[in-house]
Amino acid sequence: MVKPTRVTNSLRALRFAHGEMTQADLAERIGVTRQTVIAIEQGKYSPSLEVAFQIAHVFGVPLDDVFHYPDSSE
Amino acid sequence: MAHQEKRAWIMLVVTLVVYPTYVVVVLRNAAGGPLVDAAYASALLWSIGLAIAANIVIDIATSMRTPRSEYRADARDKEIARVGDLTGQSLLVVGAVAAMALAMLDIDQFWIANVLYLGFVLSAVLGSLAKIAGYREGFQAW
Repeated sequence: MVKPTRVTNSLRALRFAHGEMTQADLAERIGVTRQTVIAIEQGKYSPSLEVAFQIAHVFGVPLDDVFHYPDSSE
Repeated sequence: MAHQEKRAWIMLVVTLVVYPTYVVVVLRNAAGGPLVDAAYASALLWSIGLAIAANIVIDIATSMRTPRSEYRADARDKEIARVGDLTGQSLLVVGAVAAMALAMLDIDQFWIANVLYLGFVLSAVLGSLAKIAGYREGFQAW
């Protein structure tokens, strides 16, 4: 349950790059609570693939620009 | 704090208050005599009823102070709830198996009822702790 994820994300940077979108605004647009957006930003929760794509669509960027996973060689 | 995390805290605190109170009442009813002769049935039913009522009342009071957008359970809440419930149910099974063994050994019904009740209590405590850990420490569905 508490195994740390290797997935990182650029949510905070993307929010600020998009008119300083608030966590509440993003939460409302993807249909989750603000607490869940906070958990995603802090790496405490990896969202479902569907929610991940919804986030990417909100910012109009590919999924790779939002979520990152290190190469196995790293 | 997520609303569903508050619910887990409410369940935990109510359980940790009500069950020890029940134990104290039964011990007083025993008045130093054998526990199996102590009146426990009404205290047990009252404690279950009060725990359910307290959970509902405190949940409603908390919900009234929570914005509507934060009140509903989203995908993360449901995933944490599912894992928390599954974790808690493990102790419910242990309690049920223990009660079955006591029944087969023809042990007094006092112990059977109380082992079952303890199973419910420990299940609620463990399930709540698992949910709180999911919110506090993080939860990875992938």
